Amino acid sequence: MIMKPSPTNTRFALCCALALSGAVTFTGCKPQNLVATAQTGGAAEKVYVPPGKHDEFYNIVSGGFSGNVSVYGLPSGRLFRQIPVFSQFPECGWGYTEETKPMLNTSHGQLPWDDSHHITLSMTKGEHDGRWAFVNSNNTPRVARISLKTFRTEEIIELPNSAGNHSSPFLTENTEYSVAGTRFAVPYADEGANPDVPINTYKGNFKSTISFIKIDPQSGRMSVAFQVMLPGIDVDLARGGKGKSRDWFFFSCYNSEQAHTLLEVNASAKDKDLITCVNWKKCEDYVKAGKGRKSKVKYAHNVYDEGTHSASSTIENEVTVLDPKELKDIVYFMPCPKSPHGCDTDPTGSYIVGSGKLAAVIPVFSFDKVQKAIADKTYDGDYEGIPVLKYEAVLHGEVKKPGLGPLHTEFDDKGFAYTSFFVSSEIVKWDPKTLQVVDRIPTYYSVGHLCVPGGPTTKPHGKYVIAYNKITKDRYLPTGPELTQSAQLIDISGEKMKMLLDFPTVGEPHYAEAIPASLVEPNATKFFKIEENKHPQVTKSEKDARVERNGNQVHVYMTAIRSHFAPDNIEGVQQGDDVFFHVTNLEQDWDVPHGFVIKGSKAAELLIMPGETQTLKWTADRVGVVPFYCTDFCSALHQEMQGYMRVSPQGSTTPVKFSVGDTGAAH
Amino acid sequence: MKPSTVTRTLFAVALTVLGTQCGDQSKPTASAASSTSSAGSAPAAGQSAVVDKDSKPDIPKIAVGSKDHTTLVAALKAAEYLDVVSNAGPFTVFAPTNDAFGKLPPGTVETLVKPENKEKLRDILEYHVAVSTFKPEMLRDGMTLNMANSGNVKVSVKDGKIKLNDSATIIATVPASNGIVHVIDAVLLPPAK
Repeated sequence: MIMKPSPTNTRFALCCALALSGAVTFTGCKPQNLVATAQTGGAAEKVYVPPGKHDEFYNIVSGGFSGNVSVYGLPSGRLFRQIPVFSQFPECGWGYTEETKPMLNTSHGQLPWDDSHHITLSMTKGEHDGRWAFVNSNNTPRVARISLKTFRTEEIIELPNSAGNHSSPFLTENTEYSVAGTRFAVPYADEGANPDVPINTYKGNFKSTISFIKIDPQSGRMSVAFQVMLPGIDVDLARGGKGKSRDWFFFSCYNSEQAHTLLEVNASAKDKDLITCVNWKKCEDYVKAGKGRKSKVKYAHNVYDEGTHSASSTIENEVTVLDPKELKDIVYFMPCPKSPHGCDTDPTGSYIVGSGKLAAVIPVFSFDKVQKAIADKTYDGDYEGIPVLKYEAVLHGEVKKPGLGPLHTEFDDKGFAYTSFFVSSEIVKWDPKTLQVVDRIPTYYSVGHLCVPGGPTTKPHGKYVIAYNKITKDRYLPTGPELTQSAQLIDISGEKMKMLLDFPTVGEPHYAEAIPASLVEPNATKFFKIEENKHPQVTKSEKDARVERNGNQVHVYMTAIRSHFAPDNIEGVQQGDDVFFHVTNLEQDWDVPHGFVIKGSKAAELLIMPGETQTLKWTADRVGVVPFYCTDFCSALHQEMQGYMRVSPQGSTTPVKFSVGDTGAAH
Repeated sequence: MKPSTVTRTLFAVALTVLGTQCGDQSKPTASAASSTSSAGSAPAAGQSAVVDKDSKPDIPKIAVGSKDHTTLVAALKAAEYLDVVSNAGPFTVFAPTNDAFGKLPPGTVETLVKPENKEKLRDILEYHVAVSTFKPEMLRDGMTLNMANSGNVKVSVKDGKIKLNDSATIIATVPASNGIVHVIDAVLLPPAK
């Protein structure tokens, strides 16, 4: 390697030196230096998606306290998009534009934030169909439906008689219903009942409900079909039955002690809590037969219409409530060791796995035994008038000493179960038939939910399990006291689980589902057809662009196309006017949004997709000439995509005037 | 090979050699590095290769779809200029027809599309492209358009006919998703620099 010194050769020599210094490390082959390599053992290749290539799976991840949902690719862990759902999102004007404000309406008025928890993807016959994602809000109880064509929130429904929608939005096998179980029991406020009661009358006055939200099979539109009233217990998680158990839904419930203070201690007193088994098919029959009480309530139902590019919010005021003390065959309780969190059904629908956060075992219940115990009335008494099935009679078996703090279980395509353990920070692989632990892998740190692609369905896709960790401490470059939460991708294709990748997440990755890209990608919307735009203030061509005054409201019917707005010179606006910019993006081209904003905007920006119309409301608060511009780097002349609005004093005689491209100068 | 490519390849080879010294465990690192390097040396197709049957056609799609513009398309390909005019733009492209190219002295096109004349061909093509959308009504008599090769084109309007450099007439206009195409009946030749 003797070369004459030249710029190129110098560079090469430098490279060699670097490579050689690397070689020292490599040839040293010290175990600690190989940890990264050994641990990865080909991991880099398994997660490497070359530039320009697509991932195999979409990972739809709840954003937890961000209130929104994020979309990642697997196996790369690359973040593609945040989908605004329950929280205002100024990046695209969600909850700020006139069109999207109604989506955040509730019986409390418009809310800027919520806490999104669980994702569920729509299924047909128990298998992913790639149509919708559902997500629940935990604080002000709601369920949202997201289109997997537009990756936008299309609908949000509020839950009445609920106080914290945690056990949600899990689906029945054919997406007939999404469920919503309240995490807080509260005194009912319907039918004129007075909810102003002392908190220490919890045991007499507080109730819980589980709502069943009907999903229209074609449109996906939601409606609260009925609610099942329960004693005042905290409903935590749930999973629908499958196959032979498809008519049933299983809900984990804690705080059977009915504590109302210091639950940390007082809700952990009993050695068993409850799994609530609901026969939703029977409930449906009773509702059809006119049973149940019509409860007078108030809840918002918000729908985004893709035709008008606008949302509307309707306040509903009635819901049917079924009481299992009267309708005796709709609800049964199963005892489940200590404060169960996860409540999961295996792909065959034969087993129900309870995960008691404080339990030293994972109990696995047999659906067949549940049916037999119900038929034989093998009860262990009742809980506030609802039969409790005998633990031993419904138990398939217990996984002994699996770890500390089991939280949630999913299943692969080979018949194995994977349970996350928060306290012992690990994922444990076990066999539901033999109840033997077959493998375990640490997570970094404190895994909450986990996800196997298709894991909650009748046909898991397998291949990976992803851990969603609450705590990362030293795993990434620190960013002050607030650190990223994370996901970890683990290969489950072999006998032993193998850690492949860490990736940081937006907000708290509370729960997620993963779906093969092939079920979603071909349906993705590229743009909206301008000829199908039914927005009442649409401007379909530049020649129709105009400004109209109506009292102290000024409506600007504006178009945007590379690289100008029409009109881009506007006069005749007066101080105090409310100006509505109805901006239509005339582009009919994939991936060419335009943005719009005007100085002093209190409503974020507009981010207008091709063919869409969005409206920014702006109040002219001072006299002067105010600039506006395109905020999305749309083209080579994006920086030129700008204009002016002249604001004159109130009562000014300056007429309404607008133009684009008029270069005539006044003298 | 350019020096940087040589360096990169050699570095990858060096890694591979070093990797094998440490046995199996380091193999994946080496192969990952070499696959990165090979991906880097073969650039992916550009924007003109995007498969999109739904959007309104862009300028290259309009040109490719026109039987009167096969020479222009061949020239755009030879100059590796299709990706540029597939960009977001917006562009105004003056598109000479096959007949327009036919008016050039015999052999001109054949010479221009030779690899050694790529820069010259590109200069001529860029003289037909302006960054911004000039609709016909925006083209006024006496106006000067600055083109992508930095040369100027003079506009004249007489009896409703728009002429460029007093030689080429706009005979049709087609709006594109990323700008506008004006079909012209003569090739515009950039003034000597």
